[in-house]
Amino acid sequence: MSTLSIENISMRFDLPNGGHVQALQDVTLELNTGELMSVLGPSGCGKTTLLNILAGFLAPTEGRIILNDHPVTGPDAERGMVFQQGALFEWMSVRDNVSFGPRMAGIREKEWRGTVDHLLDVVGLQDFKDKAVYELSGGMQQRVALARCLANDPDVILMDEPLGALDALTREKMQGLVLKLWKETGKTIILITHSVEEALLLGERLLVMAPRPGRIHKEYRLPFADDGVGKDLREIKKNPAFGEKREEILSMIWDMEEEIMGRTEAVGA
Amino acid sequence: MIILIIYIAIFAAAFFVVRFGVHKFRQMRDFTSLKTVTFGDESAVRPDRWASVISVVTIFLLWGAFTGSNWVPIHAPGPFVGDAEFTYTLEAPNGERDDATVLVRVFNVGEEVEIPEVEPGEGFAKNDASSVGAWRSDLILMDKNDEITRKDGAKVVAIDGQPVSAGETVSVAAGKVAVTSKGSLNFSPAGGMQMEPIWLPPPEDVVKRVGEIANEGYQNFTLWEHLYWSLFRVIVGFALGAAVGIPLGYAMGLSDWFRGWFDPIVEFMRPVPPLALIPLVIIWAGIGESGKIILLFLAALWIMTISARAGVSGVAISKVHAAYSLGASKWQLMRHVIVPNSLPEIFTGARVAMGVCWGTVVAAELVAAEKGAGMMIMVASRFQLTDIVIMGIILIGIIGYGIDILMRKAETWLVPWKGRI
Repeated sequence: MSTLSIENISMRFDLPNGGHVQALQDVTLELNTGELMSVLGPSGCGKTTLLNILAGFLAPTEGRIILNDHPVTGPDAERGMVFQQGALFEWMSVRDNVSFGPRMAGIREKEWRGTVDHLLDVVGLQDFKDKAVYELSGGMQQRVALARCLANDPDVILMDEPLGALDALTREKMQGLVLKLWKETGKTIILITHSVEEALLLGERLLVMAPRPGRIHKEYRLPFADDGVGKDLREIKKNPAFGEKREEILSMIWDMEEEIMGRTEAVGA
Repeated sequence: MIILIIYIAIFAAAFFVVRFGVHKFRQMRDFTSLKTVTFGDESAVRPDRWASVISVVTIFLLWGAFTGSNWVPIHAPGPFVGDAEFTYTLEAPNGERDDATVLVRVFNVGEEVEIPEVEPGEGFAKNDASSVGAWRSDLILMDKNDEITRKDGAKVVAIDGQPVSAGETVSVAAGKVAVTSKGSLNFSPAGGMQMEPIWLPPPEDVVKRVGEIANEGYQNFTLWEHLYWSLFRVIVGFALGAAVGIPLGYAMGLSDWFRGWFDPIVEFMRPVPPLALIPLVIIWAGIGESGKIILLFLAALWIMTISARAGVSGVAISKVHAAYSLGASKWQLMRHVIVPNSLPEIFTGARVAMGVCWGTVVAAELVAAEKGAGMMIMVASRFQLTDIVIMGIILIGIIGYGIDILMRKAETWLVPWKGRI
């Protein structure tokens, strides 16, 4: 039912010096409910722009986004966001951060208390619920951000490099948590990442984008996310098929980066 | 100069005593104490509380020592007080010489003294007596009782055996004697190294004056009323400035039109020191309360506007995006994100504004006022009541410091996350 359609999105804007940037060109995509799609691409391929358009923070110059049979025109609680740096509210406790969405919607506490408590349990922060968020470590802050997003019960969750700022160990734990939450809640998730490994581990679908202009380069359907639920992700990584895919995508992105560098050098020369 | 050298000596001596005396016995073993690189590591530089205490004590000690305070055991040499004596040698036109003694009684200014009686003595030069206040000087017409006077052509050729001529000065036991161009003598008793109370009163006089003015008042108002009025003006002016400035700053941070409209005004008014507005405010609103409050309002307004604007600009865009995608309305975003997020900036601005307001109110009262701390010291200075001036300065300093401490306490209480993001 709540399919997310991205229909012929293009984004082009003028620069003060008279030139223009084609950030996205003719991006078309369809996501079904409960799908987890990771998006990869070299810097400047427009993946963050695409996410901002999906969230409703930017208006595309062409095309449209349809969610739940209506077009997206601005930010809305039906599309939750998880940012790289938590974007938590320091002046609120962990619990107040998590319950922010329901409180803004004017829902009474007795109606959201159960959900919020459950989510705090799921992300393992029940003991920290009265702490100030600035007292938490980076990984804990990111778990608060996940819980805050889920407490609002959005149809689609948009993640902009949510684990990018974490150290390698915490990152691995959090990847497991994202998979667990995805399976338990059945949310549609779009996850932008810089890490090929993360994209392969978490993405049921994987979208590789190419830069200048930002466009879809290639799409994969992968089994690893389904396999990985509730398992040790390191086992998945040992899978030879996983290694093959990783090499394939890495060299693809590497080629794109080379091409950009080459072009820049050519311009410079 | 001597005071500066003594001050540096105490600074250095206290350093060695504390460093090699006190710290030997009381070693703190916290993390910072284990750092070996402290020169250049700002976080390892913690104020030595011993130094702070000694610093304050030293100031009072020097103040007391150089003003002859009863509270301080050590004193710099004071002015000469008592009976001073010197002899002058008068030469008659015929070359004949005769000595006579001058007895000068040096007294503390304010005391009653009698000029001592002296025997006229032998010869044509007769002995004289006079009195002079400490730190003052006295013109002695030594020949008024002499048999041969300056009119007759006599002149002083030596003092205490030291030859002198007109315009020269010689030192005697208790001071200096100058021969004026007209030939009379000018005696200045030795001033010592202490300050005269009319330049710098000893600390106990200042404290006594606090009690006096607190009870009896000065210029129709008691000390507390003077301070209360100054504080009242600051608080009302600051509150009005904040009440207008903060919403204006928010509007400038949130709307193109407001930003464009007020930018030139704010940027123009910001560098104008509030003191420069005093003449205009007096022309427009007189020297009463409204004038002062308008001035302080203007002093606080721009600072608060700019800090509120900076507070809004300082909101991370991801927080705004997060709030919107969690379903917050514009009003809720304002109430739950923008206002709390800008509080640290606003507090910083408020501290600066309070400091500026406090300085401005004192300055405005110096120019014209009927009551207030600044007016009190201004009037006192016209009558050379240095103790009131010093008392006023100390109280103004203490109150300004107190305001800043209160603001900082309020800040840590209200915005505990400041600097920890």
